[in-house]
Amino acid sequence: MTSPRVPNYWRQNTALIRTLLIVWGLVSLVFSILLVQPLNNISIGNLPLGFWMAQQGSIFVFVALIFIYAKQMDKLDRQYNANPKQK
Amino acid sequence: MTVEVWTTIFVIITFMVYLYIGWRSRVKDSKGFFIADQGVPAIANGAATAADWMSAASFMGMAGLISSLGYDGSIYLMGWTGGYVLLALLLAPYLRKFGKYTVPDFVGDRYYSNVARLVAVVAAIFVSLTYVAGQMRGVGIVFSRFLQVDVNIGVMIGMVIVGFFAILGGMKGITWTQVAQYSVLIVAYLIPAIAIAWQLTGNPIPQLAFTFGDVVDKLNQVQLDLGFDAYTQPFASKSMLDILFITIALMVGTAGLPHVIVRFYTVPNVRAARYSAGWALLFIALLYTSAPAIASFARYNLINTLHDQPIAEVQQLDWVQKWQTTKLLTLDDKNGNGIIEWTPTEETSDVKISPDIIVLSTPEVAKLAPWVVALVAAGGLAAALSTASGLLLVISSSIAHDVYYKLLKPDASEGERVLVGRIMVGFAILIAGYFGINPPGFVAQVVAFAFGLAAASFFPVILLGIFDKRTNREGAIAGMVSGLLFTTVYILGVKFYGMSPWFFGVSAEGIGTLGMLINLVVTLVVSRLTPPPPPEIQALVENLRTPGDAPLALADIGEEQLD
Repeated sequence: MTSPRVPNYWRQNTALIRTLLIVWGLVSLVFSILLVQPLNNISIGNLPLGFWMAQQGSIFVFVALIFIYAKQMDKLDRQYNANPKQK
Repeated sequence: MTVEVWTTIFVIITFMVYLYIGWRSRVKDSKGFFIADQGVPAIANGAATAADWMSAASFMGMAGLISSLGYDGSIYLMGWTGGYVLLALLLAPYLRKFGKYTVPDFVGDRYYSNVARLVAVVAAIFVSLTYVAGQMRGVGIVFSRFLQVDVNIGVMIGMVIVGFFAILGGMKGITWTQVAQYSVLIVAYLIPAIAIAWQLTGNPIPQLAFTFGDVVDKLNQVQLDLGFDAYTQPFASKSMLDILFITIALMVGTAGLPHVIVRFYTVPNVRAARYSAGWALLFIALLYTSAPAIASFARYNLINTLHDQPIAEVQQLDWVQKWQTTKLLTLDDKNGNGIIEWTPTEETSDVKISPDIIVLSTPEVAKLAPWVVALVAAGGLAAALSTASGLLLVISSSIAHDVYYKLLKPDASEGERVLVGRIMVGFAILIAGYFGINPPGFVAQVVAFAFGLAAASFFPVILLGIFDKRTNREGAIAGMVSGLLFTTVYILGVKFYGMSPWFFGVSAEGIGTLGMLINLVVTLVVSRLTPPPPPEIQALVENLRTPGDAPLALADIGEEQLD
């Protein structure tokens, strides 16, 4: 690994983590708890939206976030590891 | 055939499978015993993590708690799943890259200190013991109800089974047993969920039946009629701040639980660790998104079956009689009018039901076939046993690897290390059994403590160890000790010594969030006031941050190879 590539890899990694964690915080802490009451005025199916976010919606988003992270990191690994077969 | 016969059949079949797997994957060396030879494919590791993670509390306690809390039960749903995002993004890949045996291993090496290692060992044992206490109780409850044996005998049967595969197979045996246990517990959870969803809404998929069916609507109405808050009403039993704190404490605690973290040491490489976390959460989400459906359906059914009915008739119901003998359900006609009245206040309500039995009793209340009821019992046992075995291994490896090998006898041979590991599993089982027979509280509540403690001790120290190069030995030790002490004192004070929850009314379950913040601040400040970590440690951190160096292979994650 040549030296300037490592900081770049790390910077892109942390930027990705930051973006995904913002989504994580929005769906769980903001939409499902802090803003639950206003959101409950909207409905999804037969449920109030805020309640649905807290009990179902946020969990679906959590699963998606982890797989998005793993896929994106595969891309980064490929970019920075010219030949992944070698150390 | 009766429920009891079916239960016996299911329990015997599933236990034979677990024992066979435990025997097949028996190990001789320490790498196999502590981290399963790092050979577990991501998808299997995901299933094992899910089983390890979903305890008696998840399987039996959670839907029950949601059922009685309504919206406020979301703390468990979001808290116990959201932590996996933190784990997958912030901890798991780096810990795998570090690649040793235990969490205290990371703490000890990263902070170049045996004191830090020892603090981490104490925290790991403390957290795991708190947690395992609830599991053995769960085993006891299932046995006492379905095999009609004494709770204590149930606990002892559980001890023997866990002991067999944990002592013999170590991490390797546990991993493959947990894969089997995941299959049992998820089938056992989904079959009744699907049946009840079908029965109540005509839609067999619980997640869709919950969102698009009208049960929650009707339940809201019934609750209001009885004088409760509406089921979907937020902050009925807890303040918004408390909900926020508890959710964060459960999330961060999940990410910091040693028996979950250690599961990411058992995969072949960093890439597999990332996917493994995804699979784990997907498998967990299957149960966790069904739980709110079960919770609302169960409450609706229970109220309809019990409220406003003649007590003499209800007493005739088979499941009512059997749960009454366990004292987890009591029916008491307080005003003597012969009719059961379910009201929000304990003094006037004729029904008292423990949240622990909601899931176990749901199939019977819904009048499902006896084999479904029995399947749920086998699933509950799988959930409790798989988690108990994961925890026992953390306790044993913390002592055998970190204390005995790293601190006391660095020249110990392979054989000695595995032997000490096995003896320690045995000891841990005895302690867990003691807690099962003398339970310190009801299942889900005890588990909540473990999260606060894990949040306040491990999460900050690992996070900063990876993301802040400047964090040093002095900071880490001061942070862990202050976070752990604060959280322990607050929890013990509020729960046992009548202390008022003085921090804006935040309950004992949520205080781990503040403990974590205290830990973070203390670690950062103390680190800056003391000398930076030595160059070789900075190089170690640098190395954790570089791209994965292991070859990407088909077997890693159970899907196509990268081009």
